[in-house]
Amino acid sequence: MKELLDDIDRWRATGARVAIARVVDIEGSGPRLPGAAMAVNEAGEVTGSVSGGCVESAVVAEALAILHGDAPARVVTFGYSDDDAFAVGLTCGGIIRLFIEPLDW
Amino acid sequence: MYEQLNERIRSEQPVALVTVIEGAGIGSKLLVAPGAAPLGTLGSPELDRIAARDALGELEAGRSGIRHYGPNGETTPEDLAGTPVVVAFIESWAPPPQMWIFGAVDFTAALAKVAKVLGYRVLVCDAREIFATRRRFPMADEVLVSWPGPVFAERGHTLAPRDAVCILTHDPKFDVPAVQGALATTAGYIGVMGSRTTHATRLQRLAEVGVTHADQLARLMSPIGLDLGARTPEETAISICAEIIARRTGRATPSLRDAVGPIHG
Repeated sequence: MKELLDDIDRWRATGARVAIARVVDIEGSGPRLPGAAMAVNEAGEVTGSVSGGCVESAVVAEALAILHGDAPARVVTFGYSDDDAFAVGLTCGGIIRLFIEPLDW
Repeated sequence: MYEQLNERIRSEQPVALVTVIEGAGIGSKLLVAPGAAPLGTLGSPELDRIAARDALGELEAGRSGIRHYGPNGETTPEDLAGTPVVVAFIESWAPPPQMWIFGAVDFTAALAKVAKVLGYRVLVCDAREIFATRRRFPMADEVLVSWPGPVFAERGHTLAPRDAVCILTHDPKFDVPAVQGALATTAGYIGVMGSRTTHATRLQRLAEVGVTHADQLARLMSPIGLDLGARTPEETAISICAEIIARRTGRATPSLRDAVGPIHG
């Protein structure tokens, strides 16, 4: 989070709305620990990362949906499972859960 | 609340943020800092009280993770059975771990550099004024001209299990008081540079000043570092830092290829 603060502050200073995604849980092999975070502004600019690049673009889509009011703040799960083999996942085979929310607090 | 969080993170003061991520009141927050009243609410005073207690615990350990609570802070499986559960994410920001490096030698700058990459707050200390200069160690957070004794006396109590002390001097005059000082702290890693011969001599000198307890001496990692065959200061710095990580995780440090199990265990 610390490394995101400069970008977030700069975005907020221009009045842009911001969503943040934080890793809250990992199962099995996960590249980043709980607390790894990224932030997305309403123009789609991104700072930080939550995996080794495996799920970032899907997180941006979720974050923008939340900023546009098309989805509520929520937990989003990424990872492979038998019935979900084509979903966005982690190449290391783990599962990560992210909480994505608007930064309106 | 974000402003307060931002300010505490930037100034490296300990702070934890509890966020409801599932259940009633998704997004509700409680900001918890030692010695201050929590800010915000998760929905009920009882839940806030229990979550604040847990957040201070996580902060103490420098951990972040998920907790399950009942609507009034219930935590036991019996109390949670049949009640709507609130899932909370406790994220803690603890001040960075410390690395104290004794001896302003060739290896010091490389070690300080690698330690910074790993997020340590780095202190370099040497009694020789001409060596312990900011100019030689611009990457260090602090460069101190001092003998080890006073440094440990003054702030040895701030060292904790996630902190490291690396003694690189090779000079018994300086090594012995540095080892003595380090052993009196709860620092999780104490590494001392020197060959096996140097270490044997050092043990004799330590015995002369009364440091003989096997449990204490077993804390010393000397010769310092993993057996990587490191030669240069930079390679040695990697071998020391790799050893610090391996000691913390309790791994026997084989190559990943030759081990089994999840790589991020």
